[in-house]
Amino acid sequence: MDQPASISPKIDRSAKRPGSGWLTFSGVIALVVLLPIAELLLEAVKGSSGLWGHLFSTILPAAMTDTVILLAGVGFVTAVIGTTTAWLVTAYDFTGRRVLEWALLLPLAVPTYIIAYAYLDMLHPIGSVQGAIRWMLGYDSPRQFRLPDIRSMTGCILLLGFVLYPYVYIPTRAMFLTQSANLIDAARTLGVSRRAVFWRVALPLARPAVAVGISLALMETLNDVGAAEFLGVRTMTVSIYTTWITRSDLPGASQIALALLLIVVALVALERWARRRQRYASDARRSPQLVLQRVPAWKGALLLCAGALPVLLGFGAPAVYLVTEAWKRYQFAGLSPRILSEAVSTVTIATIATVATVGFGLVVAYATRVRPGAKSSWLLRFSTLGYAAPGTVVAIGVLIVLAGLDRFIDRSATAWFGISTGLLFIGSGAAVVYALVVRFLAISAGGIEAGLSRIPGSLDQASRTLGQSTSGTFWHVHLPLSKAAISAAALLVFVDCVKELPATLLLRPLNVETFATHLYGEAARGTYEEASIAALAIVAISILPVILLSRVGRSRASQPAIGSAGVLS
Amino acid sequence: MSQNCEELALRLQDVSRSFQDTLAVSGISLDIRRGEVVSLVGHSGCGKSTLLRIVAGVETADSGRIFLGDRQVNGPRTFVEPEARNIGFVFQDYALFPHLTARDNIFFGLKRLPRQEAEARFAEVVERVGIQHLIHRFPHTLSGGEQQRVALARALAPRPAIVLMDEPFSNLDQGLRERVRTETLALLKSLDTTAIMVTHDPQEALSAGDRVVLMRSGRIVQEGSAYDLHDRPNSAYAAEFFCAFNKVPGVYRDGRLTTAIGTFSQQLDLRPDSAATLFIRPQSIAVSPDDGDLPARVEQRIFHGEIEQLVLRVQGLEAPLKVRTMERLPDGVSDVRISVQPDRVLTF
Repeated sequence: MDQPASISPKIDRSAKRPGSGWLTFSGVIALVVLLPIAELLLEAVKGSSGLWGHLFSTILPAAMTDTVILLAGVGFVTAVIGTTTAWLVTAYDFTGRRVLEWALLLPLAVPTYIIAYAYLDMLHPIGSVQGAIRWMLGYDSPRQFRLPDIRSMTGCILLLGFVLYPYVYIPTRAMFLTQSANLIDAARTLGVSRRAVFWRVALPLARPAVAVGISLALMETLNDVGAAEFLGVRTMTVSIYTTWITRSDLPGASQIALALLLIVVALVALERWARRRQRYASDARRSPQLVLQRVPAWKGALLLCAGALPVLLGFGAPAVYLVTEAWKRYQFAGLSPRILSEAVSTVTIATIATVATVGFGLVVAYATRVRPGAKSSWLLRFSTLGYAAPGTVVAIGVLIVLAGLDRFIDRSATAWFGISTGLLFIGSGAAVVYALVVRFLAISAGGIEAGLSRIPGSLDQASRTLGQSTSGTFWHVHLPLSKAAISAAALLVFVDCVKELPATLLLRPLNVETFATHLYGEAARGTYEEASIAALAIVAISILPVILLSRVGRSRASQPAIGSAGVLS
Repeated sequence: MSQNCEELALRLQDVSRSFQDTLAVSGISLDIRRGEVVSLVGHSGCGKSTLLRIVAGVETADSGRIFLGDRQVNGPRTFVEPEARNIGFVFQDYALFPHLTARDNIFFGLKRLPRQEAEARFAEVVERVGIQHLIHRFPHTLSGGEQQRVALARALAPRPAIVLMDEPFSNLDQGLRERVRTETLALLKSLDTTAIMVTHDPQEALSAGDRVVLMRSGRIVQEGSAYDLHDRPNSAYAAEFFCAFNKVPGVYRDGRLTTAIGTFSQQLDLRPDSAATLFIRPQSIAVSPDDGDLPARVEQRIFHGEIEQLVLRVQGLEAPLKVRTMERLPDGVSDVRISVQPDRVLTF
């Protein structure tokens, strides 16, 4: 702990303090993570004033409007679905409740660009769903009857809402489980009916959790580049991507990115503000749990149907679609070498990025352990800023940093050795790994820190007094005790790396495709060939953390929320 | 350093530590001889735990010097890491490593020894502490008392120069606490171990240590034998820490303190006619149905078995007097007479 020097004139700080190495390393990591964002700001400022004018008059207003409408819509949909489903499974007892409790997490396994991809094909005017509806209604041409086009703002809001509502569901359900029981009983004794309790007590109490959930869902919305583009919504994220890809206008892209970052800052502020209330509200943790209300069978069936609807729309339908399409494709052509090589590059990139992210996360989290205080906790905060930044923004920043570095190395190598190194980092895939580390360090550092914080400090001291150094304590005490938290963090990071589209799309080396970029390519071209296999692979991998989360959720109070801490950090 | 440092296990010189704007430890100096068991006592927040942690090296001091034996472990430009200090620490929550069995917990501190020697030490300490039957169990399967003994064994196994114990018995329930405390102290004594025990419990402090150190707001109020601190406190604070005194206001003049319940001869360094307070122990007041210096009215009686606790009203005193007596008063008695033993009172 750092004390202001003014208290005692005799303060002697020259003695070597433990953990300095960890703190320094943590500082380096924070720098590396902050560099792309700092460079992005510089680049945006560098852009000529003419460009700003152009941006302001043409691209920004429309993109900003679309982005804000999309955020408002997704916020509303996720809030409604997330809170009602959370209340359903915590307040009522009906057949299938336990299954529903974890099934509601399943849409987390479907990335936004995959649900858009799946629904575009399923609901195509001449596709099977609309065909079946027409057949039932007795029409025979799309000109006579068609559903409203999914390729619209409304379609985009609904589809994103169906896969992002778990972000609200998870913290809200946790809040209902841990907080309200005593207070709800008190409200009941004061004459509030069971149903009115939701509006009068449970929901107001859970408001911080709902706000945290919404802000996370909205950050995911801002990160999305695929769904919005497939569905014809020109958000700022999409604009950044096209400004760079089609017009190679880096300052322009940075400027939109900067504007986007402002929205992110507002969301982070919302999240922080909500969390402050949450901390305040968490005293009542030991209160007895809410007693489930038993309902008649018919009503139970009704509740089950209502609760299952978002699962079916957000996970069931796209999963069934992907399985059948992938199977058809496999029957038709088998597994092409292309898919196999994509599998290799997907896993390779994700593995390297995971190892780096978890390693760095360990350092940053451990520094706060051995050197608690303002310095290390600020470093932790800085190094985890990247999670809030959309993948496109991070990618543009990384691009600026590494392009400069590549130029420098190339020039030096040419001058000294007469060989051109070309695009050393950008060409090798190091750029993708860099961006993934920046983006997901928060998950690993947050998860590991949560794990470490459950180890009582007296264990450190016991170890030190028994003859272990700081690093010895790390190897013999902290590492074995936080193994679960570290593996959970690694799993979450790995899956997020596999799912990540925007950064991979912008930074992958030439001729390297991952599952995600392949899917994007086909969906953007409007072809539906092997992409279903790639999409199915992504969803299958993404189910792993959902299983982890549901296991954490099942043992209600005792088990630490390692998974959710990671996802929600 | 004179020759007596041979005998010293620990020497603190002017050790200070502050947190934000409060001085947790303020200029503490203290010597502890080899084989001595010292209890460090004070209300929570008085800095006793911080001091203990500074000695262990898990907390740093802002200033001052600390010597373990003749080796300086804390001082200007000197800081010996906790693992290099050769001390044993017993934590309030025992801090047993949950991923290790009792055996592996004890071996944790023996890693640097050759295998055979470590085994020998382990066998010895396990036998001395009497936990042979527990060694293959994991901490969460042990009861509070068992955990305490494993923690003690773990701290003793490396043969530390000094054992530091932070509220080591406070997590045990009352009956168990006394037994474990007696056993632990007997063990420490039989091993001739130097130890500091931190406690907030006055009775525990008095019964446990060769020497008692009373702390308040980061400073030492008084140190000495348990008898010194209890019978001859140097301040009102020290007096009241160990005993619930009756306080009677009075006026001092010429070696006499005049109060509502009589005049007591006391030699005080006070100017004539200054106010002073007479401190009377509840057990220093004799009660009888008909024999004594002053009349008193019985307000409350609480029978504890061996003794009875009385609350008495005395004419001229604002606060009632608390009395602990072995005298059996008749049932329903309302008026009694009391006498204060003049040689047992204190004045501050």
